[in-house]
Amino acid sequence: MTLNPRGWPVILVLEVAVLAALLAMPAGLDHFWVIFVTRVMILALLAISFDLCWGYAGIMSFGQALFFGGAGYAVAVAARDLEITSVFIALPMAVAVGFVLSLFVGWFLLMTRFPPPIIFVALGTLTGSYIGQRLALSWYYLGGQNGIPSIPSLTVGDYPLYEGPVFYYMVLGLLLGVYLLCRWLVRSQFGLVLAGVRQQESRLTFLGYRVQTYKTMMFALAGSIAGLGGGLLAFHDGFIWPNSIGILVSTQAVIFVLFGGIGTLIGAVIGVGAIEYVGFELADRYPQIWPIILGALLLVVVMFRPTGLIGLLVPERERYGRFGKPPKGEDGDDGAA
Amino acid sequence: MALLEAEGVVQLYGALRALDGVAFSVAEGQFHGLVGPNGSGKSTLMKCIAGAEIPTGGAIRFAGTDITALPPERRARLGISLKFQITSVMPNLTVYDNVLLALQAGDRLRDLVRSLTRGGYDARIRETLARFRLIERSDDLAGILSHGQQQWLEIAMALVRQPKLLLLDEPTAGMSPEERWATAEILEPVRGHCAMVIVEHDLDFIREICDRLTVLNQGVVVDSGTVAEIQNSEKVREVYLSRV
Ligand SMILES: Nc1ncnc2c1ncn2[C@@H]1O[C@H](COP(=O)(O)OP(=O)(O)OP(=O)(O)O)[C@@H](O)[C@H]1O
Ligand SMILES: [Mg+2]
Repeated sequence: MTLNPRGWPVILVLEVAVLAALLAMPAGLDHFWVIFVTRVMILALLAISFDLCWGYAGIMSFGQALFFGGAGYAVAVAARDLEITSVFIALPMAVAVGFVLSLFVGWFLLMTRFPPPIIFVALGTLTGSYIGQRLALSWYYLGGQNGIPSIPSLTVGDYPLYEGPVFYYMVLGLLLGVYLLCRWLVRSQFGLVLAGVRQQESRLTFLGYRVQTYKTMMFALAGSIAGLGGGLLAFHDGFIWPNSIGILVSTQAVIFVLFGGIGTLIGAVIGVGAIEYVGFELADRYPQIWPIILGALLLVVVMFRPTGLIGLLVPERERYGRFGKPPKGEDGDDGAA
Repeated sequence: MALLEAEGVVQLYGALRALDGVAFSVAEGQFHGLVGPNGSGKSTLMKCIAGAEIPTGGAIRFAGTDITALPPERRARLGISLKFQITSVMPNLTVYDNVLLALQAGDRLRDLVRSLTRGGYDARIRETLARFRLIERSDDLAGILSHGQQQWLEIAMALVRQPKLLLLDEPTAGMSPEERWATAEILEPVRGHCAMVIVEHDLDFIREICDRLTVLNQGVVVDSGTVAEIQNSEKVREVYLSRV
């Protein structure tokens, strides 16, 4: 029941189309929309990070905002108090903060003797995000309820990077890099291991895989990507507040991916774009009740297409795709991410 | 020295003594049948050997290593392989990828990430699939195979890395008589290379394929010996054969 009877490599087509659109957009859009799409791309990093957890490694994380907002707060404080604004220091720092936080959380929740139940991991990550939010709210140094306003701009040498086309293309470049890295990883033979983890986690341990270690590593990778996104958003928006680290944004990450298409990378990106755009248009037209309409729309999609928007176009088989390099002589159609 | 040695293995589930001081040993290359009435503890013993359960008491040694409390993946790396009572192939992966997944389990992470090993495994995967009569299905999803074929796929996955010990919990359950004999044929060539513990209710199948038998009843070993010895054993007749 997909709209793809001819067996086109739909995912690849979508990937190229989205990339082409993102490359061309600043030429035809005014300042407002350039900023809007920049934020979409930054949030796409958050969505990819959740997708890596749940869509690929079978980790139900309800707390990706902890790494996103945690890194955001870290770079904001470093920029405010230590005047660290260089792209080459601030962004690696954001990645590192995301990595360390997620490694710490993952170590506790995932490195258990027997595979932990999904609900345990979901509650554990949710708690992490909740604690992050309470901490940000109550700690005066982090600005409490108001967060940290007017964060200095990112800089390259002496040049400040304000929101606008240059910032846009920097984010696009980073998103593309992260996307390609993840795509390469999930399509590799290691991606096959992850596909196994999602289907029969305990069976894999009896084959000899150190499943818990691999899951923790994926969780830390996802946390690093969320950290990069959080760092970028703090500088882009020029402020950060407790919501960015809390349950609201954590839930947003889940919804982006469920809506766009769990278990495909492009689905995560499309999900962010679709939700942010539809949300914006709805808010414009129905200023009071738009969240209800958006919520109903989300429910419809998730109920009728558990695989999200992508599921309308891509058959299950292509969603899983192929792994590793096919040996010579076999037809080499690449599957997709 | 035996390849696998279990001593005084006790497994408690609450007040239930699923295993009550089981001693059990398997020599290298031996096909060892484990039989007993329902609920006698056969699957529990298999789980303790594989690492799905850590026994409450006793010790299990494999190839000279004490494995009583090792995690399952360490046991797998030592050469213990298994097919549980409930089939668990990866339904959304192709038959080919299922076997690849089993075969690459010993690879280093960085080789997996860089996809370096798949090409080299291709011949071995095809050969294995051919042996298990699955080569025509290699591009199909494992979930759509018949029940018997899923069992074969699981055995193929368990054998492809050439383990020293294979644990098979009811490998022919739900199979037609023809499939059963095909299974016996498929297993025959590994005799001598790989020891096997087979739990099976089909006594004809067991008699055909096993070198030795151990009979369990209510968590206790009733008797152990060659097939002929067990068939003539008074103790076994009393507690087990009388019930069948
Ligand atoms: N996880 C568990 N929790 C509680 N009781 C269990 C558990 N697993 C097994 N048992 C009990 O332990 C006893 C032995 O079970 P086991 O599965 O080992 O029997 P079996 O010999 O494999 O039987 P069958 O021939 O039916 O497969 C049974 O009484 C069973 O109900
Ligand atoms: Mg059993």
